[in-house]
Order: sequence, then C-alpha cells, then structure tokens
Amino acid sequence: MTGACGLWAYAITEHGGGDALTEHGGGDLSRLTGVAGGTVRTVAADGFTVLVSDVDLAEFGEAALRRNLENLTWLEEVARAHHHVIDAASGLFPLLPTRLATVYSSHSAMVAALARRGEELRAALRRVGGRVEWGVKAYAAPQPDTRESEQPVPAQSDASGAGLAYLKRRRAQLTAREGSQQAARAGARAVHEELSGRAAQARLHPPQSAQLSGNQMPMLLNTAYLLDASASDGFASAVAAAATAHPELRLELTGPWPPYSFAGED
Amino acid sequence: MDSLPARVPAERIALVDLLDRLLADGVVVSGEITLSVADVDLVTISLRALLASVSSLDAYTGAEPATQ
Repeated sequence: MTGACGLWAYAITEHGGGDALTEHGGGDLSRLTGVAGGTVRTVAADGFTVLVSDVDLAEFGEAALRRNLENLTWLEEVARAHHHVIDAASGLFPLLPTRLATVYSSHSAMVAALARRGEELRAALRRVGGRVEWGVKAYAAPQPDTRESEQPVPAQSDASGAGLAYLKRRRAQLTAREGSQQAARAGARAVHEELSGRAAQARLHPPQSAQLSGNQMPMLLNTAYLLDASASDGFASAVAAAATAHPELRLELTGPWPPYSFAGED
Repeated sequence: MDSLPARVPAERIALVDLLDRLLADGVVVSGEITLSVADVDLVTISLRALLASVSSLDAYTGAEPATQ
C-alpha cells in the first residue's frame, strides 16, 4: 500500500459482544480477506466493535470512490468482497452491516462518527442483531393466451366480416391480458401480506429493471423480510406454498442475507 | 416456482440483488445512491454510469435485454 490509509468498515457490533469476538472472532476473522485484499480486523470505537480493513485512499478516498463506483467491474469486485466479510461474520455474532463504501480517514474519525450516532446504532442492533433477511421477488407469469393471435383467422364470407372477427378477438385478448395483469398484481399484494405477517419487519425495494435483472417477466415485488434465524425454514415453506397457490406469479426466494435492508434507521 | 427454493452459493449471488441491498436504495433506472464517505460527508453519486454498463450486466446474467 503506497498512499495514505483509510479504514473500510464492514459491520458494527456492540462492544459487549466482545466475548463472542474473542471466542470465535479472532481466529476466524483474521483469515478473512476483505476489500482490495485487505486483512480484516476488529477495532474498538465508542463502545462498539467495528470490523475494518485498511484501504489505500488513492483508490478509496472520496474523489477516487466517486470515479470507481461508476466502474461496474470495480463495483462488483468491491461489493462481493464487502458481502463476503459481512456474510462470514454474521454467522459468528449479531452485527449491523455498514453501507457499501463507508470509509474513514482515521480511527479517530471513525470514533467520532460512531459517537454521533451511538443511540441509533444501538437501537438498530437491538432490532436486527442475530436476525436474517430473506428476499422475495415476484414476477407476473407469462400468459399463454397471447399466442392466440397466431391462430389462423376462420374463413369468413367477406373481408369486412373477417376484419370484425379479428377486432373482436383482439379486444378479447387485450381484456384478458389486462385481467391477468390485475390478477398478478393482486396476487403479489396477497403474497406480500401473508409473508409480512411472518416477518419481524418488511421492506420494499424498487422493482429491478428488466435490463438489470435479466428477466423479461415484469417484476411486481422486490421485498426483503427480516426474520429470526429459527424462522427461516418455515418462511421458505411459506414462499413455496404461496408459489403453488398463485400460478399467476413466479416467485424467487434469495437468502438468508445478513440484515442489510434493515440496518438503516427506519 | 418449479421446486423448493435452494440457497444460492455466495459466488452465484446475482450482482443486482447484492446491489439492491448494499446500495440501500436499490438499483433503479434514474436513481442515485448516497455514500457515507470519510468523516461527515454524504456524497451523492449518480447511477447513470452504472446503467450505461448494463450491456456487461446482460452478458453477466446471460439474458437478452427485455423488449417493451
């Protein structure tokens, strides 16, 4: 590392959780490789323990970050490294994942930042600590009836009759399509309601664009649910049951995630 | 869903799902992300450049871009 060093933060845990860190953390965490190949370590700060690694400010300083975050290759590498550390650590002790690209210029800067938000962070840790997040995406299932437009037009006595029949059939198709879209939206709402009832908290993410998700079915729901780890099996079964009960939808389950979507103040 | 969902190994997690979470406000077409960089500053950067790279994401997911 050539230039000035900053601290990249992965996650915050309470200092009281230090026993867990000493017992399990030390050995396991020191083998973790973080962003830009940095070695992960724990640092005490204002009653919290923070997982950090050193980063070169020439690459991770404010101006460089601005530039690098718009480089998808760089962003992917950094995002995966960040996730790798948080995912591994969240199996060891309750923690609060920090947002991607939380970089401090020094230890004292980090302490000051944590001190300003101490109460919030403690409240967030109480809320999410030890819990897991599951993601559910619902898509509108493709409708087979749109293929009807390819069926041959039945013979008609005259051209205007054929045209009229076509228009009628086309209108019926459009009505059916509109109906199935409404049914899919209603289904997505029902699924969300059912799953929310099983979760400590739910958070709606904006639907992913088809370009980014690589999925051509319209996305109706992109949701995160916060659950006790012990509730995970029941939740996965509930999603599978919902998928069976709602043929108008395609459901995708992701997780368990560290409680990313619930770490911020809400 | 054709079968019970299986846990996706970390290396196979879709980047877009990860960024939904790590960038907090999700990857939205005209969205912006707010970064807590350094000591105090909240830096807002545009995701337009990220979306300009969508073609490489399409290659990543092996999917065709959607048609309207």
